[in-house]
Amino acid sequence: MPILIAPDTRILVQGMTGRAGSFYTRLAMEYGTGDTGGYVAGVTPGKGGTTHLGLPVFGTVAEAVTETSPTASIVMAPAPVAAAAMLEAIEAAIPTLVCVTERVPVLDMVRVRDALRGGRTALVGPNSQGILIPGARKLGVMSTADAAPGGIGIAARSASLTSEVVARLSASGLGQSTTVGVGGDPIHGIGFAECLALFRDDPDTEAVVLIGELGGVQEEEAADFLAAEPYGKPVVALLVGRHAPEDRRMGHAGTVSVLGSGSIAQKTALLESTGVRIAATPDDVVRALGS
Amino acid sequence: MYLHEAHAKDLLARYGVPLPEGHVARSPQEAADHATTLGGPVAVKALIHAGGRGLAGGVRIAHTPDEARSHAAAMLGTDLVTAQTRSRGETVHEVYVERALRFPRSFYLSLIIDQRRAVPTLLAAAEGGTDLEENAAAAPAMIQKYPLAADGSHNPAALAAFLDMLGVPDGHAGAVLAVVESLVRAFVDSDATLIEVNPLALMEDGTATAIDAKVILDGNALFRHPDLAALGDTARADATELLAQANEINFVKMDGEIGLVVNGAGLGLATHDMVIEAGGRPANFMDIRTMATADQIATGIGLLLDDPGVRVLLVNVHGGGMTTCDRISDALALAMEGRDRSLPIIFRVAGQNAQEARDAATALPVPCIIPGDMTEAVRLAVAEVARCPS
Repeated sequence: MPILIAPDTRILVQGMTGRAGSFYTRLAMEYGTGDTGGYVAGVTPGKGGTTHLGLPVFGTVAEAVTETSPTASIVMAPAPVAAAAMLEAIEAAIPTLVCVTERVPVLDMVRVRDALRGGRTALVGPNSQGILIPGARKLGVMSTADAAPGGIGIAARSASLTSEVVARLSASGLGQSTTVGVGGDPIHGIGFAECLALFRDDPDTEAVVLIGELGGVQEEEAADFLAAEPYGKPVVALLVGRHAPEDRRMGHAGTVSVLGSGSIAQKTALLESTGVRIAATPDDVVRALGS
Repeated sequence: MYLHEAHAKDLLARYGVPLPEGHVARSPQEAADHATTLGGPVAVKALIHAGGRGLAGGVRIAHTPDEARSHAAAMLGTDLVTAQTRSRGETVHEVYVERALRFPRSFYLSLIIDQRRAVPTLLAAAEGGTDLEENAAAAPAMIQKYPLAADGSHNPAALAAFLDMLGVPDGHAGAVLAVVESLVRAFVDSDATLIEVNPLALMEDGTATAIDAKVILDGNALFRHPDLAALGDTARADATELLAQANEINFVKMDGEIGLVVNGAGLGLATHDMVIEAGGRPANFMDIRTMATADQIATGIGLLLDDPGVRVLLVNVHGGGMTTCDRISDALALAMEGRDRSLPIIFRVAGQNAQEARDAATALPVPCIIPGDMTEAVRLAVAEVARCPS
């Protein structure tokens, strides 16, 4: 059993008709099981009533919900309108919402987080590669060539490192239950702690790999969660950015340390104290899982 | 985007924050003229896009116009290195000449976004000053947090009680509260990620004045603020970094010999770690973004080929989505066309179209090694630099 989505999840795409939206929606439709890979409709304001990639396009999420009953949505809309798209999906109570858009303004994400409080939507992202159930559903833009079904749950701040780790796991006969890209931004939806809780309650997940980096508070929140009670499953953390200069933004907005939080040394010590096994490089994750 | 002090103060003035009178000077004579106009002692401050100036000689008091002239002359055109600049510092092109005030007490105020709670948050301390960061590291409790609502709204009575608890003297309570209200409006309106006033001077007459101000704006929100975007902070960024940015590549220039060609921020950080731990020195950090075309990637690789310090290229790419591995080999070929200089390549790729890319890379007219895994790739790159010392 996967987390956040299921093999029968019905998927809506917000921002399907653009260049990136079309490209990634086509790949995801081909990947998932069923005729359209689980994809049921698109939403693009002003393009309601048209058809794209063989799917109906609606002008609003509310109309798409009435007509096609999606249980998840993926936002690929451009950054200036990504928050509005997320807010619309939250308003429509879409259970699982992924946002892959990069460079969403941080105060927009503050408003989105405010809208999520007390609601029924779980947000993954923004700046996320999405959620993958190998062989069943692709709610995202990640590489799928090396993914295989199995018992390892992955939660990651980085898409490229997830692909690397997935390739090594699959080559060693370790398939994946679900991979979740929690995203590289400082303010985001669910994080490592929420993913750990979901993977713990998932009978098909046997072990968890966290892929973290410097900056932010996700690793610290994961350590708090793991310290509260015994987890019962092995957890490995791959942490990168040990030698990154602290004041420079290294690709992800989340990697700038604010007020001294977030060095790899601090994160490593906290996670190790809760029994997490640390992998220093992608080449090291399989060994850490087996040790 | 970091605003230097003069720009930061211009922004805060629009929201009614009281400030000492000051003017920008581009020459020692201009600094002396401003000092004459202001009368009395002035502070001469280096305008750079980083903090820590006070402890690095970037803020000096002048009692006469002549002294202001000599302070400005000592700063203008030099590279000021502070704890917050990079190692080579930042060139001082302008100074700020400001009336120097005497004040019996100071306060510290800043606004940030609390990552755990995802709300704007006020940080405050009863003592401001240049040594605040050190003092706070030793005694974190001296800085207290007050969370605001997502839109910056708050209960004024509760906020006043918070400031009172911190020890704002009764006579200054109204003035400090008014500054906080102004900072909150400026923060939300201009999509800031940090506004800091340190110190906030509590004056004898019950007013409060922002002696120094730091503003960092969200670079991702500048599309909403063309006026602020035009202020720019290009002095802080390297020209190569800006060119890369315009080509969908996140690039950070470093001083080493191993040129990194990597996609994704996480893989970029991992590669950087592995090179350093293997005893090598990266020439750069690179994160090729998903949307980058072969031409754009070639521009990024060109930055490495044109850097005389780079002696080997280490490609470490996981292909998928729009960034297929053969797009990288195409970009390598494009970058080498029309350049006299070529470099040996360690070409480690995995994922979509990896084999096509390896075939194309080995056909390039330069030495190209295909390693087994990432660890071997890094080891080979470090060995290549050691084999041919410059």
